[in-house]
This record gives sequence, C-alpha cells and structure tokens, in this order.
Amino acid sequence: MTNLLTIAHVSKAYGSVVALDDVSIDIAANEFFALLGPSGCGKTTLLRAIAGFEDPDAGTITMTDNTPTANPPTTIDLLALPPNKRPVNLMFQSYALFPHMNVRTNIAYGLEREGLPAAEITQRVDEVLEIVALTDKATARPQQLSGGQKQRVALARAIVKRPKLLLLDEPLSALDRKVRAEMQIELKRLQHEVGITFVVVTHDQEEAMSMADRIAVMHEGRVQQVADPITLYSKPANVFVADFIGSGTLICGTVTASGFDALGTRLPAPTTTTTGSAVLLLRPENVTLTTDPHHAPLRGTVVETHFYGGSSTTSIAVPGLDAPVIASHAGAPTVHAGAEVGITWDPTGAVVIPG
Amino acid sequence: MTAARSASGRGAARRRALNARAIFAGPGLLFITLFMTIPVVLVLVYSFFQRGRFGGVVWEFTLENYARAFEPVYVNVFTESLLIAGTTTVLALLIGYPTAYAIARLPQKWRTIALVLVVLPFWTNFLIRTYAWIVLLNSEGLLNRALVDIGFISAPLGLLYTPGAVIVGLLYAYIPLVILPVYASVERLDRQLLEAASNLGASRARVFFDITLPLTLPGAMIGAIFVFVPSMGNFVVPELLGGGKTVMVGNLIRDQFLETRDWPFGAVLALFVIALLVLLFALQAYISRRINGRTARA
Ligand SMILES: Nc1ncnc2c1ncn2[C@@H]1O[C@H](COP(=O)(O)OP(=O)(O)OP(=O)(O)O)[C@@H](O)[C@H]1O
Ligand SMILES: [Mg+2]
Repeated sequence: MTNLLTIAHVSKAYGSVVALDDVSIDIAANEFFALLGPSGCGKTTLLRAIAGFEDPDAGTITMTDNTPTANPPTTIDLLALPPNKRPVNLMFQSYALFPHMNVRTNIAYGLEREGLPAAEITQRVDEVLEIVALTDKATARPQQLSGGQKQRVALARAIVKRPKLLLLDEPLSALDRKVRAEMQIELKRLQHEVGITFVVVTHDQEEAMSMADRIAVMHEGRVQQVADPITLYSKPANVFVADFIGSGTLICGTVTASGFDALGTRLPAPTTTTTGSAVLLLRPENVTLTTDPHHAPLRGTVVETHFYGGSSTTSIAVPGLDAPVIASHAGAPTVHAGAEVGITWDPTGAVVIPG
Repeated sequence: MTAARSASGRGAARRRALNARAIFAGPGLLFITLFMTIPVVLVLVYSFFQRGRFGGVVWEFTLENYARAFEPVYVNVFTESLLIAGTTTVLALLIGYPTAYAIARLPQKWRTIALVLVVLPFWTNFLIRTYAWIVLLNSEGLLNRALVDIGFISAPLGLLYTPGAVIVGLLYAYIPLVILPVYASVERLDRQLLEAASNLGASRARVFFDITLPLTLPGAMIGAIFVFVPSMGNFVVPELLGGGKTVMVGNLIRDQFLETRDWPFGAVLALFVIALLVLLFALQAYISRRINGRTARA
C-alpha cells in the first residue's frame, strides 16, 4: 500500500507542556487509523496540526496524491498550505457547529465553499442527513439539539465533503450503544465504498480494536507503538502499552540466561535473547487456575469473581504483587472468594517486555 | 393524588424561585421605577396638556403639541439630527469595530491596557474635552496652523461651527461605546467556529463575513444604539462645535424646558426620541434572536 500521509518528527510545545514529542507516523491510503491514549496525551493537538490549526515547532507533514490522474504521484507539503486549502476535513471534539445556521446549512457550508451546484449540494446533504438519522432535524438550530444529535451533525458536516483524509476527534463518544454501532458500520462503509482515509481519535479501546486497521498508542506526546490491533494486544512494545491496552497482570522480574525470575521463584515465560530487568505480561484468557496450589508457579487467594453470562473473571491476590492477577474463562466461576488456588499459564502466550 | 402533590410541589419551587429573583432584582427595579418609569410617565402626561406661562402645565387636554411637532421647522431639525447622528454612528462603527476586533485579538495583558486607553477620555470632564476640540479646530487652532505652516493650505479652513465639527465631536465622545460591546462579542466568539469554517474551505474573508460578522452583529448593534441615541439627544456638542448653527433635537428639547418654557412641547419631542430608542432596541433584540436561534440563552 502507498502512503497517503507522512508525519515525520513533529514536535509541539505549549510553554513547558510538551504536547507532541518527535511524532512520526505513516498512514496508508484508504486506511482506518486510530489514535489511542490517555487524556492530554496530544491526540487533538496532532489532528489540529494536520488540519493546520497548530504550527508544529519542528517536523514535516506531507501528503501524497496517488490518484490515477496524478501520475507520477505528487507529494504536497501540508504545512505550507493554509487550513482552507488542505484536502483534509476535521471533525472537532467540541463539534464547533455554527450557532446561527441550522443543521442543513451547517452541513451544506463546506460543499458551498467548493462551489458545487445547488442541486448536488441538496442531494448530498439529504443523503448524509439520512445516514446520521437527522432528516427530521434539518431545520433545527444546534442549540435545539441533544449532545448526541450535535455530534452526529458535526460528523455529517465532515463526511459530506468526502475528503481524501478525514480526521475525527472522538466522533462517537456521545452516542448510545445502538446508534454508535450504526455509525461505526457507516464509517467503515465510507472507508471502503468512497475510499476515504480515516484518522480517528477514540477513548474507546474496543472501538479502536474492532474498527481500526492500525492503532497508534500515544502517551505524553510520544508515540509508544504503531501496530495492528492483534499485534498491539499480543506484542506490546513497552510496559505502558501493555498496561494501557486490554487488561492483564504485570509482574516485574529479571530475565536470566535460564529463564524469568520474579517473586523469588522461576516463572514460565517465553525465551528471549536479551537479559536484564523485564516485565512479564499475563493476559487473563491465558491464565488457568488449579486447585493444587503447591505445584503451580504462583499461588494466591481468590478475592472476587464476576460472572458475565458467557464468561467469568476471577481476581486472585498473590503475595508480593500490588494488583491481583486476573483470570478469565468461559462459563460460570469455578472457585469462590477465599479459596486458595494455583495459577498457571501457557508460557508461549505470555509476553516478556524489557524495561 | 401523587400527580397533584408533585404539581403543587413544582408550584412551590417556582414561587421560591420568583421570590429569590424579586430579592435580587429589587434594588434595580426600585431605581428604574424612581428614575426611569416615573419621569417617562410624567413626560407622557405633560405632552397632552397645555403649557403654563412660566413652565409647568395647565391641566387642559390638547393634542396641539403633537400636531406642532410635524411643522416643517421641527421636521427639519429631526431630519438633520438623524443625518448627523446617523453619520456619527456609521463612522463610529467603521472605526470602532476594527479597533475592538484588533483589541480582542491582542495577547491578554495588552488587552486590558488597550481597554483602559479606550475609556481613559471618560475620566476628564465632557465639557473640557469638547472645548479642546475648539482649540484644535478654530481658524487659529492647532490643525489650521499646522496645515498652513507646512504649506498644505494657504488660508485657514472654516472647520469649526460646521456639521462636520459636530460629527467629529460626537464621534470622539461616544466611540468607546461602540468599542466596548463589540470587544465583548468578539472576545466571546468561539475561535473553533472560525477554524471549522476555514477547515470547510472558507477563505479568511469568507470566515469573517459568514461567521465573525453575524455572530458579533448583536454587539455591534448595541454599540450603534449607544452612539446613535445620545448623539440625537446631545446639545452641548452642537452648541459648542456647531456654533448654534446646527440645531439638533437635543438643543430643541433643552430650549423648550429651559428657555421657551414650553414643557408639553418639550415632552412631545422627548417622547419621539424615546420611541426611537425603544424601536431600535426592539430591532436589535429581533435580529439578535434571529442570529442566535430562538432557544438560545442570553
Ligand atoms: N492551546 C493550548 N495551550 C496550552 N496547552 C495546551 C493547548 N492545547 C493543548 N494543550 C496541552 O497539550 C496537551 C495535549 O492536549 P490535547 O488536547 O492534544 O490532548 P488530547 O490527547 O486530545 O486529550 P483528550 O483525550 O482529553 O481530548 C495537554 O497537556 C494540554 O493541556
Ligand atoms: Mg482531545
């Protein structure tokens, strides 16, 4: 696949706050790319830099036009273009709907700026109103809408432009589960049918995991890892990613030539080449409980169990570990709080993270 | 049963809210009643009676005062006042809007300083400030002398005692009243709206005319009213800088009360100005509601 957007060594500081720290990301054409990270890690700042509302202190952002008409592909320096000339649309985290225009004129605004014929504008606005299920609110002012409705207008205003690159800042956060699922399907449809490349900020890991082709995890302005969802989950690059993505247990220890030592014992772990201090990550679904504590690598006391219908999780307090070990398995819980259990796992499913 | 109880509960809550509002609004209401409502009612009452010989009124009903206001002499004064106050207002907007816009875009610490500078002239007496313009504009004044000295003109211009001088005086007196409300509305404007418009493809000029201008229009209109209405009513500036040649409604009203002692006719003229004021505020409220949407909170 060819690159559409190349972000190289972009940094941005506000006084002493470093919002972006040497960020480099390549985004492929027609990719659904998610930005994930805790609040304040720089996600919005990155989108605003791409859209032209923040000037990076350093670095470059370029876009490659590889439509068949552009042969050979041409590269444009986004930072040299004013915001209104960038082939990029941003859906603002705060929606930024025009209060003096109604829903329809808000959505039509961008198409009018392209100078499209009125009939085409009407048709495209009608289409997108249908998609976001707001046809009956077309003449309402933003102030008359609920939070979720406003968010859908903001989304509609961005997608109606069908830009090469669509930047969405928390596009679905205010929607209920059902509408959110519908919008997710709609976004994927736009990706495949219209060929739009998406960069989407989300707080919702499951949403990122299920929708994105690749995810960048950010922390304190730095990119921690860029990978597809499965790699991110099964091969986290560092402790932050391991902790941030999914749930699991982190055990600090040391990798020696012969194995992984922690809590005063030798723990089953995949073999690694680098030795030194490291962290062992156990995902809940990889952890098995035994009723024979003495022949298990770790043992502890069951703190609580949760039954979710199809599956259950069990938290086990292990002496020497700050957080309980979490185990999950199909079916109802097999142990009760207070029980002494042994903890085992498949060493090949565990991850050793140097650091 | 339950419905009835909760309904009466709501009623009580509403009553409490009303009481609280009355307490907070009380001092203001008292002030407005004493110094606004009662005088306006008095003026209204006077306008329907005949003049007393030495001021005051004779309690004999008449509509004569209203008929008199439409005599050509007075219509002319009104037209000229509208022209002068209107020109002043347009100029005040043309100068004040960009100034206010620029101030609102300054870094925070400079904004305060700029605003203090804007209201600084208010700290000196209005009469003194107006006299200063006489010093500047008269045939031996600073401006004429400077222009003659640099050879730009050969003889002093008759700047003083012209409608132009009156407009300059009014403009100078009231321009802060445009700057302050426009500043407030530009400052309150959500920058992200401008960014959103730009992101959707609008040039800088389009962003201004499509977003900034409509959303700051209510503030600009308030400023315009603040300039227009006192300009209509001002009688000091026309007298000092207009040299009595330019008679405005303000002078006329003042003369009716203090010189010709025709209170009822003065009352009629004053009512016209008040009616104009009410009309302008209604227009402002209507337009601002159109822009902000019906349910928007103030
Ligand atoms: N205009 C600004 N002035 C000063 N600091 C800013 C500004 N904008 C952002 N920051 C700071 O930069 C950092 C990154 O902010 P950003 O808005 O990009 O976070 P985010 O990842 O989008 O967070 P969230 O998930 O809460 O939206 C934060 O520490 C924030 O306080
Ligand atoms: Mg954000």
